Amino acid sequence: MTSTGDKGRSLRSLSSAITKGYLRDRTALFFTILFPLMFLVIFGLLFRDAGTSKSDVIQVGPVAVLDNIPAEGRADLESVLNVQHSDSLDDALKRVRDGDVDAAVEQRGDAVVVHFSAADQVGSGTVLAIFRDIVQGANLAASPTPARFSFEAEQVEDASLKPIQYLTPGLLGWAVATGAMFGAALTLVTWRQKKVLRRLRLSPVNTFSVVGARIGVSILVALAQGAIFIALASLPAFGLKLSGYWWMSIPLLVAGTLAFLALGQVAGSFTKTPEAASAVANLIVLPMAFLSGAFFPLDGAPSWVLNIARVLPLRHLVDGLLDVMVRGQGPAAVLPEIGILVGFAVAIGGVALVLFRWDDT
Amino acid sequence: MPDAIIVRDLHKAYGETRAVDGISFEVPEGEFFGILGPNGAGKTTTLELIEGLRRPDSGEVSLLGRPPWPRNPAVLPRIGVQLQASSFFERLTAREQIRTWASLYGVDTAKADAMLEAVGLSDKANTQIQKLSGGQAQRLSIACALAHDPDVVFLDEPTAGLDPQGRRNLWDLLREINRAGRTVMLTTHYLDEAELLCDRVAIMDHGRILEIGAPASLVRGLDSPTRISVESGVIPEGQAHELFAGVAEVSDDGVSLTVATRDPAPVLTALAERNALRGLSVRGATLEDVFLNLTGREYRDDD
Repeated sequence: MTSTGDKGRSLRSLSSAITKGYLRDRTALFFTILFPLMFLVIFGLLFRDAGTSKSDVIQVGPVAVLDNIPAEGRADLESVLNVQHSDSLDDALKRVRDGDVDAAVEQRGDAVVVHFSAADQVGSGTVLAIFRDIVQGANLAASPTPARFSFEAEQVEDASLKPIQYLTPGLLGWAVATGAMFGAALTLVTWRQKKVLRRLRLSPVNTFSVVGARIGVSILVALAQGAIFIALASLPAFGLKLSGYWWMSIPLLVAGTLAFLALGQVAGSFTKTPEAASAVANLIVLPMAFLSGAFFPLDGAPSWVLNIARVLPLRHLVDGLLDVMVRGQGPAAVLPEIGILVGFAVAIGGVALVLFRWDDT
Repeated sequence: MPDAIIVRDLHKAYGETRAVDGISFEVPEGEFFGILGPNGAGKTTTLELIEGLRRPDSGEVSLLGRPPWPRNPAVLPRIGVQLQASSFFERLTAREQIRTWASLYGVDTAKADAMLEAVGLSDKANTQIQKLSGGQAQRLSIACALAHDPDVVFLDEPTAGLDPQGRRNLWDLLREINRAGRTVMLTTHYLDEAELLCDRVAIMDHGRILEIGAPASLVRGLDSPTRISVESGVIPEGQAHELFAGVAEVSDDGVSLTVATRDPAPVLTALAERNALRGLSVRGATLEDVFLNLTGREYRDDD
């Protein structure tokens, strides 16, 4: 009978065989590492300033409320307004009409006049609100009675929730789900198709080594994906800021990998060729990624979408990753998510076991 | 010699198809045993039942004194199985491939490398398996089946798809495996392969064994005529008919004049006397004739 040493050796050599096969498979590498990274780079650069988008205005001539703002107030103003100067009102109005800037501002006597275009209601609305605020502030400062109420805005998240903060956990969750799912489905299908499974069955190897090798390699791939994602997103160009308990993403990634390995096993049980297995895996993972908020937040989604999302393992993986990587939640907050993912893995793994076939005939 | 394999009244059906329909035989240790038959005869199913990959509907199999079904870990290290050339881990080199399989049997890398050398693949050690030729892949596949020094070796159509030179090289290798004292069980649909390699052959068709025996004795048992051919025209066909009336059948297809007889000596003498031996060929019966005789139809690979 096989001893522990035999098991260890079989586990090692099978893991090494799977790892080498994976690293030499350019398609698999592309779709599990490079492809999700491309999304991260594209979205990350595209929405880099979305969180702090400024309004562009042209100031024509002197405008006292803008010119007389003290230094500390100017910094605040510049975080929301981009002020250019011009001497020609006509030029400025033309650029507003063309949509190049959000508004043009001038002073007529004591009146601050803001010219805006109704074509961009969001942009002009923002600018009008800002100037109403500036003028009101200036009036208050000019009045002898001290202000009674003050106003402060505080964001619930720690850092400014730049898109990269949301994109990294979401895309990482999607990448890990894809990697684990494809890994399991393709290994099962190609090993069955190429009769490697039969050959293994006729060797003294035990099931533990075969299953353990596949799980082990997939977990390593998931952790590598996590490391690469975090490293890239932390570059100054993207500016990811991890919160204190980010390391809790490790058990989350492991649990997520188990869940999607099980799902991949099921997908591999229904299919006969690697092509079909890829298609089925994609059909499951891609819609799930959209419904789970891996690509964009589900905040504005209708309630039925949220209800569906609740039963999707990827939703729990993404939500858990968001909690510990950027929302600054403690380890206890994601224990339920880990539990759900492991439970999912066990349940679907049971289904995979029932559906398992050694060969096609 | 004790028997390495004993098969008793084995049955296996897939739906309506009786793939194996009541076969019995035994293979003594050290024998080179072949199952010969056209595609679909039930050869592969027979092999799978003996290896323990499938459960028989009825009947018994004993492999090295033990039942192979259900999966029997006591038997597995003692058998070597070559399934097909493609049964490899993807994208590994030849050396990585054999080392991986060998390690599953607890065989060290040195022994695995020696096996690679033995099948003449040392120079392809760093080549990934998808870049090996058909013959190289077959040899690697056999090496992977042999690295742990099994007592019984199963080979399923080992030379399928190889060119003539590749087949001949592989035959030499298979003979050596058997000469080293291993029991070899092979399936093939090539008559010449069975005739050349096997100590004994079971001829199989439609799930049944039609005949078992040494290839030579099967052929002799046929009592079929020897066919003597000479170049067409060296002797007129009419004259040949007269000459051999009653002792032989004469036919002339415009290329060769063929005389089929059970007593070749007088025919050869008569032809020699008339100086009519140009292009002479003498062909005895082959397993093909045995198959024809047993089934009443021509042997075809794609049957």
